[in-house]
Formats: sequence, C-alpha cells, structure tokens
Amino acid sequence: MTVAPAIRFAGSATHGAVPLFSRMDLTLEAGRWTCLLGVSGVGKTTILRMIAGLETGAAFDGVIAPEDGAPLAGRVAYMAQSDLLLPWATVRENVGLGARLRGEPADSARVDALIAEVGLEAHAEKKPNALSGGQKQRVALGRTLMEDREVILLDEPFSALDARTRADMQELAHRLLAGRTVLLVTHDPGEAARLADKIVVMTEAGTTEVAPPAAPAPRAVDDPEYLDAQARLFTLLRAG
Amino acid sequence: MMRFLGGIFAAGLALAIWQAIVSLTDVPRFILPPPALVFETWIANRALIWEHTLATATEIALGLLIGAALGMATALTLASSAFARVTMRPILVFTQALPVFALAPILTLWLGFGMGSKIAMAVLIIYFPITSAFFDGLMRTPPGFLDLAKTMGASSRATLWRIRVPAALPSLGSGLRLAAVYAPIGAVIGEWVGSSQGLGYLMLLANGRAKTDLMFAALFTLGLLSILLYLLVNWATLTYLRRHSPGI
Repeated sequence: MTVAPAIRFAGSATHGAVPLFSRMDLTLEAGRWTCLLGVSGVGKTTILRMIAGLETGAAFDGVIAPEDGAPLAGRVAYMAQSDLLLPWATVRENVGLGARLRGEPADSARVDALIAEVGLEAHAEKKPNALSGGQKQRVALGRTLMEDREVILLDEPFSALDARTRADMQELAHRLLAGRTVLLVTHDPGEAARLADKIVVMTEAGTTEVAPPAAPAPRAVDDPEYLDAQARLFTLLRAG
Repeated sequence: MMRFLGGIFAAGLALAIWQAIVSLTDVPRFILPPPALVFETWIANRALIWEHTLATATEIALGLLIGAALGMATALTLASSAFARVTMRPILVFTQALPVFALAPILTLWLGFGMGSKIAMAVLIIYFPITSAFFDGLMRTPPGFLDLAKTMGASSRATLWRIRVPAALPSLGSGLRLAAVYAPIGAVIGEWVGSSQGLGYLMLLANGRAKTDLMFAALFTLGLLSILLYLLVNWATLTYLRRHSPGI
C-alpha cells in the first residue's frame, strides 16, 4: 500500500428539487479516522456513497478528490452495515472475492493470512449461514483488507452487532486499518467518540466539527474523557 | 409424515366417493368404470401402458431439457443487454398472448406425427415460465452485492456469472418446478393433435372405442408420471440450493 491520501469532499447535492445538503466541505485526513456522525436520513450515507462512486439518485455539484491529485477510482474499499457476504461462497472465497471479480488470480496465502488475522482460521471453509453476526462482519473486514485500498469507507458496519461484539470489532478494525484514510459513517455518538481522530457532526442545520478525546483511539470504554465526549456528541445530535 | 398420511387419506376418500357414485347411480361402465375395474385393466394392460408411458416420458424429458436450456439462455441474454430487453421483451410478451394450444396443429404439420412436434409443444409451454422466473431473479440481485462488486472494480461479465447468476438460482428453481408441472401438458396436447404413441394417444384411442377403463388407467398413469416428475425436480432443485446457497 502506498501512502494514504487525504480526501476533500466539497459541494452541494439535490435529490430532484429537494436540496440534500449544500456547501458541504469535508476533509478526510490522510491516514486517519474521520467520523461522520448524524441521525438517520440526514444524508451521511449519500456522502459516503458519492465518495465510493456508487449510485445515490442525487445530483452532486462539487469536487471529490484525493489531495495527491491522482484519481480516486480503484483506491477505495467499502464496508456496509450488512456484511454482504455471498451466501453460496465459503469464508475463503468471500475474502478473495475482489480478485475473482477482476479476473485476477487470488493470492491464497494472503487470503489465509487475513483470515487468521481476523481470527477465523477454524471457519475458512464454512459458508456464511454457519457463522454468527460478529464472525460475518469479521469476514467482511477480511475481504475489505484483502482489497488493500488506501481509502476505506465504513457505513455503520458495527451497528447491527451486540455491545460486546461491537466493541471487539471496533478495536480489531482500528488495529487492522491503521495507516489508511478511513471514513466511518455512524449514528452512534459512542462509536464516534471511541474511534475518531476527527469528528464531524451532521445535522439538518449543517455540520459541526467536534474535537475528539485526547487519548489515542480506540479509547478505553471507561475513559472519562471518552464518556464526556460521548455525552457532548449525544447532546449535539439531540439538539439537531 | 403428517403430509404423507394426509395424502393417503385424501386418495382413500376420493376412491370411496368414486365407488359410491358408481354403486349408487348404477352408471354404465363405459361412462364411469368402478375403481377396481380400472385397477384390473391397469394391471392387465401394463405392457401396453408402459410402452406409451416411455414415449410420453421421453417427450417430456427432452422438452424439459431443451426448454430449460433455451429459457435460461434467453434470460441471460435479456439480463446482460439493455438492447435485448428493449427489442426482445415485446416479442416474448406477444408470443405469450397466443395460446400455445392453438399452435399444436401447426407444429404437427411442420414437424410431423413423430416425437418432434410433442417435444416442441413441451418446449414452447415451459419456455416462458423458465425465462420469466430466471430473468426476474437476475434483475433482483441484492443491490448491496452490486455496490460491492462495483467498488471492487468487477467487470459486468464477472458480476453476472459470479454474483447475479448464483443469486438468481432460487428463482430459476421455481421456474423449473413450474416447468415440471407444465411439460406433461404440452406433450399430451401434442399427442392429442396427432400421434401414434404416448399416453395422450392411448387415452384418445381408448376413449374412441368406449374402453373407458383403459382411458382412466392411462390418465392415472399420466398423473403419476407428472407427480413423480415434479417430486424429482423439486427434490433436485431444493437439494442443490440447500447445498450450494444455504440460508439464501
């Protein structure tokens, strides 16, 4: 992997005649975690999908560009709330999916190494329906890592997990995605306070940047500063 | 097991009602033969019935194979090309507006009294359900899978074969199960219009000679053949899907 770039997202979007957001100016810091925190329906997933180059149904007027000047295409990996594992493929096949879709030989040693990294050696030949929700998201994380992209877009990938699994997954993802430019879209103030290097709260009124806790992420779940940041973010979200 | 016992019970009940009608109304045998007589005729003519069953079964099997192959190919073409969708779909819908039964005499004229015209009837009758079911499945791929494929830089060809086709297999399975029910209808209609073998032919022949018991025996054989075919296709598709795509 080359050095992960910063990404600037600036512009306005409309859905038909309805403005979705206007004059949004968001910079994803190079090699850091930026959290976009907002309630459902505020348009944060639309921003993530625009950066991913996916269909949003909205018209966008503005610029989405890495600050190193090279094009963004082919440098992005995407992880959604749903694990998106192919039910007919084994864990190993799912992790190696990208290469097969591009018609490239899958690097099976690397697939195995990543399966081990996410702690699923014993499950490599299983199909997704034999796994728990947390295990499935770990496979999805392995598949994301296999792509080895500089920019990682996470669309609430931990929100369907139970509290303990979620905390474990957050730590694992944070460790394995180190050095990459990460955008985490979430509606959970705790998740933002725990993982972000930069927190942007998105409400219908616009965006506000909030300083994250001083401790390096992922913060301990009993860190008072983290708990305080979570409370402040929650208040901001509720104020709208 | 409950379903099996239920089926036995339903069959017994139907036979009892049948026998009751025959006994109570004193209806002539050439109008409605009693069940026992049909069974005797069935045993006595088993070689004859078996010969015609083989012919019909061959027509159905070949019709199913060819119809399924053509239907799948059409669905894949439609799913992978917007141009094909625009041009071919109206034609497909129009051909469905024609009753397939009405084509049977023409098919017999073109393909003769042999098996060809019966296989063609079976093909025609199952082609649309298979095309339609598989095509719908191909167009209803979970959007998240397609998003993922896009961010991975997949070609549309690879997306079709590695994601859309496997995701559409349950729909194809429904189409095949439907086809298993329709295919015997096609073959028998073909036999009615003109043939020298097959259960449909045997039914017409027996009917014309007032051998109603033989006609019923042929009819039940046809029913049995259809049910067996359905159970076989049902078992094969479900077993494959369970093994291939558990939890889909």
